[in-house]
Amino acid sequence: MTGTRNEPTTDGSGGTVPSMLEVSDLEHTYTGQQEHTAIGGVTFDVRAGQLTCIVGPSGCGKSTLLRCLASLIRPSGGEVRMHGEPVRGVPEDLAVVFQDYGRSLFPWMSVRGNVEFPLRSGNVPKERRRERVRQTLEWVGLSGAERKYPWQLSGGMQQRVAIARALACRPALLLMDEPFASVDAQTRFELEDLLLRVRAEQDTTILLVTHDIDESVYLGDRVLVLSETPATVVADLPVDLGNERDQIGTRESETFVHLRGEIARMLRGGGGHERPGGTGTTARDTGSETESTSEDERADAEPESLQVEQGSPAREAAE
Amino acid sequence: MSGAASSPNARPHHRVTGVVSQLGVLLGAVLLWQLATAGGDSPFFPTPVRIVTEMWRMWFSGGIGTLFLTEAAFDDVLPSVGRLLLGWTLAGVVGVGLGLLLGRSGNALAYIGPLLSFARSIPPPALLPVFMVLFSIGFKLQLVTIVFGCLWPILLNSADGARSVDPVKTETARAFGISRASWIGSVVLPGALPKIFAGLRISLSLALIMMVISELVGASDGLGHAMMLARDQFDYAQLWSGIVLLGLLGYLLNTVLSVVERRVLEAVPQ
Repeated sequence: MTGTRNEPTTDGSGGTVPSMLEVSDLEHTYTGQQEHTAIGGVTFDVRAGQLTCIVGPSGCGKSTLLRCLASLIRPSGGEVRMHGEPVRGVPEDLAVVFQDYGRSLFPWMSVRGNVEFPLRSGNVPKERRRERVRQTLEWVGLSGAERKYPWQLSGGMQQRVAIARALACRPALLLMDEPFASVDAQTRFELEDLLLRVRAEQDTTILLVTHDIDESVYLGDRVLVLSETPATVVADLPVDLGNERDQIGTRESETFVHLRGEIARMLRGGGGHERPGGTGTTARDTGSETESTSEDERADAEPESLQVEQGSPAREAAE
Repeated sequence: MSGAASSPNARPHHRVTGVVSQLGVLLGAVLLWQLATAGGDSPFFPTPVRIVTEMWRMWFSGGIGTLFLTEAAFDDVLPSVGRLLLGWTLAGVVGVGLGLLLGRSGNALAYIGPLLSFARSIPPPALLPVFMVLFSIGFKLQLVTIVFGCLWPILLNSADGARSVDPVKTETARAFGISRASWIGSVVLPGALPKIFAGLRISLSLALIMMVISELVGASDGLGHAMMLARDQFDYAQLWSGIVLLGLLGYLLNTVLSVVERRVLEAVPQ
């Protein structure tokens, strides 16, 4: 990562908002019989109130990255700072939504029990706890299901419970690990919109990991594109789709189509050598011939070059 | 007691026929036993009718004030049941507690796993002579014997249950900063319940065995003691009464535990 480190995030609104999360040179190598470097030097910032999507090819270390950020795994190198302080141990004002709601919810607790459970370990008084649970379940459209058990609910409903559980903690940072990957397409759209709505109302800072390019563009204020394993940040793309998004309209818009194409090409080629007029392609050309691209040659100069292209989206989208 | 309390979604018709056929087989077996023993006229093998009459006379012909229990029942049956339940409960508390802790501390279990396997492999009756020296004959000896016999299956099953808690649930609890007490009480314990009950069920049968053995060698009351007396007095009907009563007792305890297990697992869905 030359040049991009510690550079302020570019989205035009000025650098006054403080960084919620600063990740610098984060690395993780799984030790054991087969040593495997899942992430190799990831650097990025997340500002308060931002919804950042991290997209990358399957098995590229996205989940490892998220687990390192949540301190569920101790990274083998680099640093994570939250509110400017180095993170040691799981931060208190952090909540996680896992992909596998069936396994992350507690089957022996009712919906209310599940949502309330983390609050009971904090020092929220009982009355306020109940009130918060009620309110949060209302946000996610689960009022009336308090007494049900997870197995009595559909998959989408269960993931709503998991989202409510995370939101009930009123986290400063919400991490989501492929939260909508295990539900059907219709439910996925519903949950995506639910997330956008809750997020607009509550102004939560969200970091969402996904392998779905469309989802990352649709949801994000910004998309971080990861390379294949060991993962590094290949591109940091602002998403200029405004705050009002619509499952049909937004997905048809030129900006959306352009961005998804952009990201898809990066993920497929490990870089952007197919792009006409790309400025950062030289580093990729040698590697892409041998199909062993992103292993050792990372798209170091990628972020700048991509942002240059943001200026002329229409031509690309027309392809 | 047993068959009628089967799963709620079984159709009534099938339940009834199931119970009838089960009872039929049981009655048939008893009838065969009756025919075989009545014809043989051996003093060592009294007929079932005689055994039941003897049981009735000895233990269950008391007045209504004592719930039909005779004085002998208070001397023979109740102390035995009391020791059995006390020993089993103690083993349960210690076994579940230690088991959950061991199951969650990966290294500890790895270190003392072989030791546990060894301890479990010792047939508990083999330790009776040692216990007799250490505790002399009496209540303490019986209790220790029962606890030692019951402890290992409960401990090992609890440890196994605690160890196999879903890693996603572990991560969830960690990510949400769940306190240690909540973690053990609300995540590990409920998750390990099916295994814990498996251990408790094995141990309940063992408790019955250990209770009888400890009373055969060292007791001044209890069923085992009564059976030894009966043998010495060549009272084979009474000896057989003890055997049948032990069988009934085991069956009853197991049935009660099954009902409790089902209720608990319904309240704590997995």
